Amino acid sequence: MSTQESYVTEDGRTIGPTVMEMKNITLRFGGVKAITDISFDIREGEIRAIIGPNGAGKSSMLNVISGFYVPQEGEVWYKGKKRPPMRPYQVAQQGIARTFQNIALFEGMTVLDNVMTGRIRQMTSGVFAQAIWKGKAEKEEVENREFVEKIIDFLEIQAIRKTPVGRLPYGLKKRVELARALAAEPSILLLDEPMAGMNVEEKEDMSRFILDMNDEFGTTIALIEHDMGVVMDLSDRVVVMDYGKKIGDGTPDEVRNNQEVIDAYLGVAHD
Amino acid sequence: MPVAFLNFMEVTMNGLMAGVLYALVALGFVLIYKASGIFNYAQGVMALFSALTLVGIMEGQVPFSHLINALLGTEIHHFGWHINAFFGILFTMVVMVGLAYCVQRFVFRHLVGQEPIILFMATIGLAYFMEGLGDLMWGSDIKTLAVGLPQGGSFAIEDLTATWAAEGERYYGMYIDQLDIVATVVAAILVIALVLFAQYTKQGRAMRAVADDHQAALSVGISLNFIWVLVWSLAGFVAIVAGVMWGAKSGVQFSLSLIALKALPVLMLGGFTSIPGAIVGGLIIGVGEKLFEYQFGPMLGGATENWFAYVLALLFLVFRPQGLFGEKIIERV
Ligand SMILES: Nc1ncnc2c1ncn2[C@@H]1O[C@H](COP(=O)(O)OP(=O)(O)O)[C@@H](O)[C@H]1O
Ligand SMILES: [Mg+2]
Repeated sequence: MSTQESYVTEDGRTIGPTVMEMKNITLRFGGVKAITDISFDIREGEIRAIIGPNGAGKSSMLNVISGFYVPQEGEVWYKGKKRPPMRPYQVAQQGIARTFQNIALFEGMTVLDNVMTGRIRQMTSGVFAQAIWKGKAEKEEVENREFVEKIIDFLEIQAIRKTPVGRLPYGLKKRVELARALAAEPSILLLDEPMAGMNVEEKEDMSRFILDMNDEFGTTIALIEHDMGVVMDLSDRVVVMDYGKKIGDGTPDEVRNNQEVIDAYLGVAHD
Repeated sequence: MPVAFLNFMEVTMNGLMAGVLYALVALGFVLIYKASGIFNYAQGVMALFSALTLVGIMEGQVPFSHLINALLGTEIHHFGWHINAFFGILFTMVVMVGLAYCVQRFVFRHLVGQEPIILFMATIGLAYFMEGLGDLMWGSDIKTLAVGLPQGGSFAIEDLTATWAAEGERYYGMYIDQLDIVATVVAAILVIALVLFAQYTKQGRAMRAVADDHQAALSVGISLNFIWVLVWSLAGFVAIVAGVMWGAKSGVQFSLSLIALKALPVLMLGGFTSIPGAIVGGLIIGVGEKLFEYQFGPMLGGATENWFAYVLALLFLVFRPQGLFGEKIIERV
């Protein structure tokens, strides 16, 4: 494949070389095959979507990328190197941030504190350094705090900065979770159904944020969506999964006209 | 001021000072419970173990000397040096961090995701193990802990307060133990330091994050194992302070591990997951039990301090099971 050469999209964004490549991934839970021999790549600066009906294995794939699930077969290549087996926190430290389908936030902490946890990767001073060399730790805290405030402004959640997350409505929680992931300045941002359970207006906001994030910060994004329509507008390339298998991969237009994809989508009820 | 009021003040002061120490021991429990859901039965034994270790290090005792002598027929027991309290405590801290690492590495790492009751049972095992280890390393004789803390009543306070009584009343001033004052100051400093640490450092934030949601913590790059070693280490530091203070008062012996029993009612009162709860709960129990003893002790045959805290905690369990600051437990159906 000639995916190594950069190209410029119609709307003027530059898509770089492959940053992550999944090679022949197979994942089983006991007898259930959640993923069967799937390969695909993610390129720098693109918005890559994974779509498919419920139970197709999309979340499982995201969990493999972020290290939460360990596949029985296959390889994960990141920035040109084969990734050794890693724990989820190590994957996160490598610059892969994520959100969860069912939202995983620190409910007892404020929005600001939640987003600050996203900066843990950038804060390098140790326990004792912070106790002894207060100046350096403070400087680090201030710098990271400034960055976090920028993210908070960007996602328009200034008004709830000091609110404990547990008190927020669902739509805002989704946005806080996105803020926390974005605060990590990730090389790849993985979003598991960022628009699930939202009303039309919230979905539009979320779409706008995703596009702006990609455009302004050049963030590489891999997102799962279950609704075809939304994905077609957002993404550069789409992987389609069904029953754990890859049944399509390409630009939205290519995928839309793929017979197998059409069948899969007509075969299941939309919700 | 009337003498009755001055006596009341004295009792309250003593109660507050006892309360700070209770709060500290309770904090040891809260730290571990919050971050890992483990109720650490071994907290009291950790205090005993740390006090034994401190004495052993300061006196230059050879660890495991009984075992070594029995196996090799030698007669060693001391290195022949003495180490001052400061370095002794520093070394003991190192030992407690090592212990925290081993506990996580060899016990709880293998029990991740188990039922709370299983984790609790493991800590019971750990308590007996550490008790045995303490005996084996440092011998089972009662030791005195001489870290140079002042003992006996404070004359300054006695002289000062003696003048406060109203004209013509017989009053000799308040009796406040100097060791209690030191213990209070040290415990208060440690409590404040722990709160600041949890609130304002990166590791503290990570600790709170782990306490809140494991998955989310992993997703931002926090190592659960690291945080668990950290909280066990902090609980170890708490144990050292408790061990030193209690040990200086009544000698380093098995009964030292029973201070954990004092923390239980504090936890019921304050909630198992609340740092402010542990602090306020400790103070309420400290003051409550001293005042109760002062007012009603003589009528009830004395020694009410042995049970007062538990009765108070039981009343709390009936009317506010989530504790003072704990979140209301609503079962989802
Ligand atoms: N932790 C797990 N244990 C057992 N089975 C799982 C687990 N996670 C996912 N699965 C199974 O894998 C399949 C794919 O699930 P998932 O990846 O969540 O699909 P999707 O996100 O596309 O809806 C389902 O059959 C699901 O039951
Ligand atoms: Mg899913």
